Amino acid sequence: MTYKFDFVKRSKLFFLLSGIVVVLSMVSLFIQGLNLGIDFQSGSRLDIAVGKKLDVEKEKKILTDLGYKHPNVRVGGAEQDLLIFRTDQVLSKEQVQKIKGKFSQIHKKEIGIQEQVVDPIIGRELAKNAIISVLVASLAIIIYVTIRFEYRFAIAAVISLLYDVIFTVGMFSVLRLEVDVVFIAAILTIVGYSVNDTIVIFDRIREQVERIQPKKWEDLVRVVNEGLHHTLVRSINTVLTVVFASVMLYLFGGESISNFSLALLFGLISGAYSSIFVASQIWIYWKWHSMKKGKEKLAS
Amino acid sequence: MKVHKGRLFVFLLLVVVILAVVATTTTTIWGTITKGLDLQGGFEVLYQAEKGQKITTATLNDAASAIRNRIDIIGVSEPDITIEPPSRIRVQLAGVKDPKKAREIIGKPAHLTFRDPTGKQILIKGSDLKQNKAKVDYDQQGRPAVVIELKDAKKFEDLTKKLVGQPMPIFLDQTMLSSPVVQGAIPGGVATITGSKTVEEAQELADLLNAGALPIKLKEVQSYSVDASLGAASLKESLKAGLYAILLIFIFVIGYYRLPGFVAVLTLISYAYLVLLVFSLLHVTLTLPGIAAFILGVGMAVDANIIMSERIRDELRHGKSVPVAIRSGSSRSFLTIVDANLTTIIAGIILIIFGTAGVKGFAVSLIAGIIVSFITAVALSRLLINLLVRSNLFKQPSWFAVREDEISDL
Repeated sequence: MTYKFDFVKRSKLFFLLSGIVVVLSMVSLFIQGLNLGIDFQSGSRLDIAVGKKLDVEKEKKILTDLGYKHPNVRVGGAEQDLLIFRTDQVLSKEQVQKIKGKFSQIHKKEIGIQEQVVDPIIGRELAKNAIISVLVASLAIIIYVTIRFEYRFAIAAVISLLYDVIFTVGMFSVLRLEVDVVFIAAILTIVGYSVNDTIVIFDRIREQVERIQPKKWEDLVRVVNEGLHHTLVRSINTVLTVVFASVMLYLFGGESISNFSLALLFGLISGAYSSIFVASQIWIYWKWHSMKKGKEKLAS
Repeated sequence: MKVHKGRLFVFLLLVVVILAVVATTTTTIWGTITKGLDLQGGFEVLYQAEKGQKITTATLNDAASAIRNRIDIIGVSEPDITIEPPSRIRVQLAGVKDPKKAREIIGKPAHLTFRDPTGKQILIKGSDLKQNKAKVDYDQQGRPAVVIELKDAKKFEDLTKKLVGQPMPIFLDQTMLSSPVVQGAIPGGVATITGSKTVEEAQELADLLNAGALPIKLKEVQSYSVDASLGAASLKESLKAGLYAILLIFIFVIGYYRLPGFVAVLTLISYAYLVLLVFSLLHVTLTLPGIAAFILGVGMAVDANIIMSERIRDELRHGKSVPVAIRSGSSRSFLTIVDANLTTIIAGIILIIFGTAGVKGFAVSLIAGIIVSFITAVALSRLLINLLVRSNLFKQPSWFAVREDEISDL
């Protein structure tokens, strides 16, 4: 590779970009919040396996005829064969049986139904618990990385991890995608991946620090740029393999995990981006700041 | 240079053994892994003890065992009943044909009470019954009835003596089953409950009474049910997606990294196999998100292979010979891989400590995946690649996707 991209020179641009992403995510979260799935709101959700070539209006009419006014329905499934019906009323077993019977009767075949009735408290507890876990895990990561590397690496890694989480949650808010309990598992996966990705790059930067022994700003820039270049192919290839996996899951994995796969896709790409453009850049400025301070101390 | 046929032979032997083991035993292992409700159909109900009762882990356990007895009535194999202190019980039944009926039977508190003529005061309660003595019989008119035995025959005799000529209603929970008028003092501690319309109904009541009343009042807070046909479809879809994903990854890795890529594919196959084995041994219940995480895990497991391959290519570009590049490349990448994986494991351990049931299960799979990935991607990869290179057949850097003109003269 002859063309060498100067990552540090463009860092301000990427800080700006990352900043805009965070602000937009936050604004969207504050204004329209998250499209909370059944797990966080009380009510019922029925996934009715009607079959291919499903006519939404016709199916909707079946529900209206059963007395559900303006039913909230959408089409889902890998082959667009599922009718997803959500209602904030808690459907009784009898009501579900009645719906199932009606659909079976009209379509002249046994219709499969997936039924979910939820008390939102449990979903909220799970979410609260997951947030606490992520925060405590971040703390543990900071301690480990501080011991093995240094605290600047540790905190930069955790900031980039939080960036990935905010980005993914923000995207789900902006695009109005439904958030359910499985989404939490996706976030946890992203956290694991993000840390992993950042550490590999930091490991290389640390190696360059030992080799180059930076004294000036230019040295530091060289350290970071070389570290990033050495790991760039790996960063791209690794993100490609996980993107292959999540895209395939999104395309073929079926309705229940399509949002999960999408969350992973956002988070994994963000993880690769933030390791390079957030974590490494935070580190270089922080390191330079500390080096300047050290020099001033030495001079006085 | 002399070609070492022996090393090549060992390599091929290893490859054949790995592939043969994977090909012949995967189906068996797959069969032993418990699949979640979302993959095989069934239902799950989360019960919460109603407020205002004294709830301890012991009462929750009692309630769970009462529920277990009731599930035996329905005849479901391997029900999964877990208590979630402080106040919840989760019941998962896979492959139930009639979920509606099952929920009715599980959810009934089944407190049998004999009450005073007004129906308000409780005279005799479920705990006064002799255990496992309820059975179906017929009354004088040939109608089905349930006969029960009481622990304290004297108490029953005294009660009935007092109530001669008056009704003594029998309630199951808040429903009155029958209201027999006491004809005279009943000795012997045997009572008959009429009011069942069919023999089946009477049998169910007898079974419920034998299974024992729930010691606490439970209410359904959450339920989830999947028809078996939908579960099977989800399983098929996710496996199809997984197959495509893994094939894409394999093609990519071999296409990009050549020899190390081929070795990576072998280690990934071993990885996938071993993770399934761990799932089976640890009795991890595989759910749909679990399969997704597993497939993604394959993508992540490639990372260690990629880190090592990239290092080897670096060393080759610096003009080192293939064996030297492999030695220094794999040792220099070792600590990187350890650090990256250890940080993730630490995060996983925290999730196990602080997480709720679902999160815990996820973390266990995550950690299992990382450890297996570490063993296969580091140990097995090194072994295989060393065997290949020491056979002296693959000495050209081109086997590692490094072009001659990339190699610096330094």
